[in-house]
Amino acid sequence: MAKPVGGLLGVWSSEDKLLEVAKKVKAEGFQKFDTITPFPVHGMDEAIGLKRSKIPIVTFFACIMGTLTGFGFQTYVFVYDWPMNIGGKPHFSLPAFVPIIFELTVLFGALITVGTMFAWNGLPNFTRVSPHARLSDDKFGLFIPENDHGYDVTKIDQLFQSLGAEEVVRVAEF
Amino acid sequence: MIKRNVLIAGNKTYHDITNDICQPIETLPGKGWFAYLAIAKTILLTWIICLVMIVGVGLGLLGLSHPVGWGTDITTFVFWIGIGHAGTLISAILFLFRQKWRTGINRAAEAMTIFAVMTAGLYPLLHVGRPWFAFWLLPYPNQRGPLWVNFNSPLVWDVFAVSTYATVSLVFWYVGMVPDLASVRDRAKNKIRKIVYGALSLGWTGTNRNWQHYEAAYLVLAGLSTPLVLSVHSIVSFDFAVALLPGWHTTIFPPYFVAGAIFSGFGMVVTLMVLVREGFPQMKDYITVDHLEVMNKIIMTTGMMVGYAYASEFFIAWYSGNDYERYIFLNRALGPYAWAYWIMVSCNVIIPQLFWFRKIRRSILVMFIISIFVNIGMWFERFVIIVTSLHRDFLPSSWGMYDFTVYDFFFVFGSFGFFLTLFLLFLRTIPMVAMAEVKPCLSVGREGGHHG
Repeated sequence: MAKPVGGLLGVWSSEDKLLEVAKKVKAEGFQKFDTITPFPVHGMDEAIGLKRSKIPIVTFFACIMGTLTGFGFQTYVFVYDWPMNIGGKPHFSLPAFVPIIFELTVLFGALITVGTMFAWNGLPNFTRVSPHARLSDDKFGLFIPENDHGYDVTKIDQLFQSLGAEEVVRVAEF
Repeated sequence: MIKRNVLIAGNKTYHDITNDICQPIETLPGKGWFAYLAIAKTILLTWIICLVMIVGVGLGLLGLSHPVGWGTDITTFVFWIGIGHAGTLISAILFLFRQKWRTGINRAAEAMTIFAVMTAGLYPLLHVGRPWFAFWLLPYPNQRGPLWVNFNSPLVWDVFAVSTYATVSLVFWYVGMVPDLASVRDRAKNKIRKIVYGALSLGWTGTNRNWQHYEAAYLVLAGLSTPLVLSVHSIVSFDFAVALLPGWHTTIFPPYFVAGAIFSGFGMVVTLMVLVREGFPQMKDYITVDHLEVMNKIIMTTGMMVGYAYASEFFIAWYSGNDYERYIFLNRALGPYAWAYWIMVSCNVIIPQLFWFRKIRRSILVMFIISIFVNIGMWFERFVIIVTSLHRDFLPSSWGMYDFTVYDFFFVFGSFGFFLTLFLLFLRTIPMVAMAEVKPCLSVGREGGHHG
């Protein structure tokens, strides 16, 4: 996760308004800005210009890993390591392996997906503090970091005000 | 155009939602909650005493004996696992179907899933007789060869299915909870609360870059949980269906068990939600009568599926021409366990038919009573399947009855104390409604609402 940076935060109180704001800010040429909202806002990815999350690709390979683990492990145990004659059934009895292969596919897929999601989001991170306590409640914020292209406090302040921001906060570290 | 009903009643703002849902966490519980907790803990205590005696003395305290070697322990295991399924159905399957009414109840229903699976998991461990060796069920490299488990056995599939189900449900529940825990952290005025919820929420801030991955992961988890939940009860049913025993050896078992699981699970969700609405009046705006009505419709539908399965089993027993199969079913309906069979049929098939009437579907008192009947009926369903198939073996010299002891009773009854204690603690420590999921549904059904 990126190092904490300072910046300027504007606060609005409706998600529709924030969507407009994000589009305007994007049009002004900012790139590293982000919105902070109590729930995911539809259409915000496009407004900010984010590409689709690559999480499902990770899931796909994680699931394949689970499938191969389940198949490989059972085959190794039953065919090579300790073949047991159970009711005269073949050692390599694929249909009987399916339930465990399936369960391991799901298990690997789920755990690796969630692990990746937390890692990509930089979580856990116990030092990061939300710049405004109501942003997880009913307010919708847009944060422009200092290192963004064309960062200028007075200019952004005016931009936020002209877009009807309820509050503009200087954030030391986020 | 038919107007949609509001999902959240009472003209709330986002801030009202946060206040309503955080209130039980941020205030001291009242007398009512402590009264419930005292009852639940007392029942839990009877369970603990019962379990200690069963572990200390042995399984012989239960009615388990020849020919019925699977009794209340496996019955209750299947019962609790089934209860859990409604939570995953609500959180995953209804999510994929974009059923927004799920948002009011999904957190509590998933909590129910976790606690039900925790309860269920103990039964097979105790059923092995020497629970301190229960880890032998897992294939781990050991010094006995290594001697592995038998991967052709449905009982081993069950170990994998139930442990995967418990893990994935827990992860799914927790991931859904992280943004809400962050809301509680940001509101916290109390220092300890801030630290505890700060740690639990992992430093979530809700930036769009985070939400983006979060939503993708949540969708993927729902997609993985959907086949998982269907597979778990199918595999539980394999415990029976793969055996060559008349009454168990039927191909209808997997879908029949899954329908039964959803049926009983929704019964339990309705029971709990009615109590939650009574205990926390503000929740009536989130868990509305409309939501309960939809669940009652699901109960009736799945109840009829289960009824169809009962009928179809009888038809096949007759149509197969197999004497043993025919006998086992006649014995079920007319033999010494006919009382259990008819309790099952009346609770699962006949009583839910009352939900054809809209007035009954929307009556809190009636649905509460019916949901309890559903739970009783579904416990008896598993009892009937297990005990009636076993108690008259192929030779009349090995016929017997399941000798239901006082330990059997507390073994079953006490588990409700464990389950309810956990659920009561959940209500006071974790936001019981998913705030981050409810808030986007605020405009549904309102004038000028655009998300509808």
